[in-house]
Amino acid sequence: MIKRKKKNKEHNPFYDPTLKKRHVSAKRFKKFTLTSLIFSVAFLAFFLFDMIGKGLPAFNISYVKVDVTFNEKTLEDTRFAVATEYRTLVSRAALRDLPKLLEENPTYMNSTQNIWILASSQVDQYIKNHNHNLKDKDIAKVDELYAQGLIEKRFNAIFFTNGDSKIPEYAGIFSAVIGSILTLIITMAVAFPIGVMTAIYLEEFAGDNKFTRFIEININNLAAIPSILFGLLGLAIFINLFGMPRSSPLVGGLTLALMTLPIIIVSSRAALRAVPDSIRQAGYGLGLNKIQVTRDHVLPLAFPGIMTGSIIGLAQAMGETAPLIIIGMIAFIPDAPSMVTQAATVMPAQLFTWAGMPEGMYIEKTAAGILVLLTILISLNAIAIYLRKKLEVKW
Amino acid sequence: MLSSLQSEKKRRELNEKLIKSALILAAAISILTTFGILFSILFEAIEFFQLRSFWYFLTGTTWSPGVVNSEFGALPIFAGTFVITIIALLVAIPIGLGSAIYMSEYASSKLRDYLKPILEILAGIPTVVYGFFAAITVAPLVVKVAAFFGLEATFNSALASGIVMGIMIIPLISSLSDDVIRAVPDSQRKAAFALGMTHGETIKNIVIPSAMPGIISASLLALSRALGETMIVVMAAGLRPNLSWNPLEDMTTVTVTIVNSLVGDFEFNSPETLSAFALGLVLFIVTLILNMISLSLIRKFKEKYKVNTL
Repeated sequence: MIKRKKKNKEHNPFYDPTLKKRHVSAKRFKKFTLTSLIFSVAFLAFFLFDMIGKGLPAFNISYVKVDVTFNEKTLEDTRFAVATEYRTLVSRAALRDLPKLLEENPTYMNSTQNIWILASSQVDQYIKNHNHNLKDKDIAKVDELYAQGLIEKRFNAIFFTNGDSKIPEYAGIFSAVIGSILTLIITMAVAFPIGVMTAIYLEEFAGDNKFTRFIEININNLAAIPSILFGLLGLAIFINLFGMPRSSPLVGGLTLALMTLPIIIVSSRAALRAVPDSIRQAGYGLGLNKIQVTRDHVLPLAFPGIMTGSIIGLAQAMGETAPLIIIGMIAFIPDAPSMVTQAATVMPAQLFTWAGMPEGMYIEKTAAGILVLLTILISLNAIAIYLRKKLEVKW
Repeated sequence: MLSSLQSEKKRRELNEKLIKSALILAAAISILTTFGILFSILFEAIEFFQLRSFWYFLTGTTWSPGVVNSEFGALPIFAGTFVITIIALLVAIPIGLGSAIYMSEYASSKLRDYLKPILEILAGIPTVVYGFFAAITVAPLVVKVAAFFGLEATFNSALASGIVMGIMIIPLISSLSDDVIRAVPDSQRKAAFALGMTHGETIKNIVIPSAMPGIISASLLALSRALGETMIVVMAAGLRPNLSWNPLEDMTTVTVTIVNSLVGDFEFNSPETLSAFALGLVLFIVTLILNMISLSLIRKFKEKYKVNTL
């Protein structure tokens, strides 16, 4: 016993010579797991930082103050409304809209006005220090105007009010937003009732038989099938077999509905399952039948959970691109569609089109569009999480 | 009085039957969808194989649509898909699994509450956004880094799309693995501690092996996601079928080829368009098998540890 007190390691029956090494290894392992987690978070930070850096400039756009002449001749060919030396600095699309400006201000006729007018994309990119291909004499002109305060950056309202355009400074996201809304209305109108009904059937009515199990396996599989294959389904069945119009929100919405269905079913089932059986038993005890119990008691209690799942499904459908490309929703759409059978594009598809354009301004607009899309998606998810936290009943 | 009660009961029963059949009908739609996908792809694919050889499609090395003697040998396309997917898994499995282990074993519940939504955001980013990021930011970065090491990389290298695809599937692996690791009963950990294991040893020797079916299931699901991922590769990977193992070269994938054969100006009944469905069929079968294995693994895990939360 006395010998033990010397803390002689060799005589300690519990002494493990590898212990130190084992602790070091345990610490190393913990560090590895922490590093991988930090990597995920750092990636998100880097990604958001990169997108904000690339997209924020697009929320401003350059205007230039020049003399614009309004008369018969310049209205016929609007290029002549601006002096030759400024012609390359001013947006072609803005000049084309001069008659509209004249309609708003009839007094401008037969006069020369010094007004702010949208600058061309090259000038805008030069002002923002991005790649541009202005000629040297134009650069000198722009520098001169900028020094005089005759070029300024303003909030880019065009981006939110215009549809797509072949002229980069005139391209906006509006028609894609409308397309997205129409498509998602179809999606939810189809997927929500069918999804909730399927969930109710599986949770409340179906027994544990082969048919039920088959449906369950099917739903789980459907959730994992690559989205592009849903596009092939839409193309082969909705467009070729049923003859629905190509590129339309109708076909897009139906295709996305089939993709959203499993998400809504799975979350609705979880919500229904969370309602305790005592509620159902109490209902039966009062003489209600199954349908009354489900409709009047179980469903209202499960509703917050169902909503949460549906919003998450909606957000996912909103960001989906691949199946919509297959069914042709990447058409060039300058004007917002007003019917679900008209050709349309959706936000992510619009971003895809812009990302493939050579001009720098489209790249900037893609990043800006991404910021808009992400803002909407994150808000939708936040609403879903909030609903889950606030309305969820703790049993 | 009695007869009115009886008729009321009959009405109720009829009502119940009607509603129940409506519910069954809704449930059948999901089955209809699966078969819709299968048959719509299968019929067009059969049409393609009537025009072109099935065997050459699987083993041929020349893919040249749109020319006079067009050939449809998809081997280089499968190879490209394989290389990009492997890169993605090499990125995603260590990082996803590491994050899952940290979150489930080390992190305090408060930290977890902050971290989970962050990974959820990562999972909610649309793939078109990842594609843009891959093409605009990561691809030039890969070229620069490769040049630094004296290597030459193209601007649509397989590496860039593989890395970004890997980042995309991190949340998939981490959230599922996290759930599985937490479902491993605490008694197992306590037993290991009692035997004198360090926390690291417990995780490596006890928890991970127990959770293995779930982790493999998550990885297979991620693999199936990566195989079917379209936007990242359409935007950042190449269009040229390229039979090569060098990840710095450009390669194309099954999904890219499907998109390109359908947005082209070919007639619907031309082999160029129909080849998309043949590729789609291969993709459907492969992902279906992966999903089936994944689902059966997770089911076995659930039965073994009697958890319903997964």
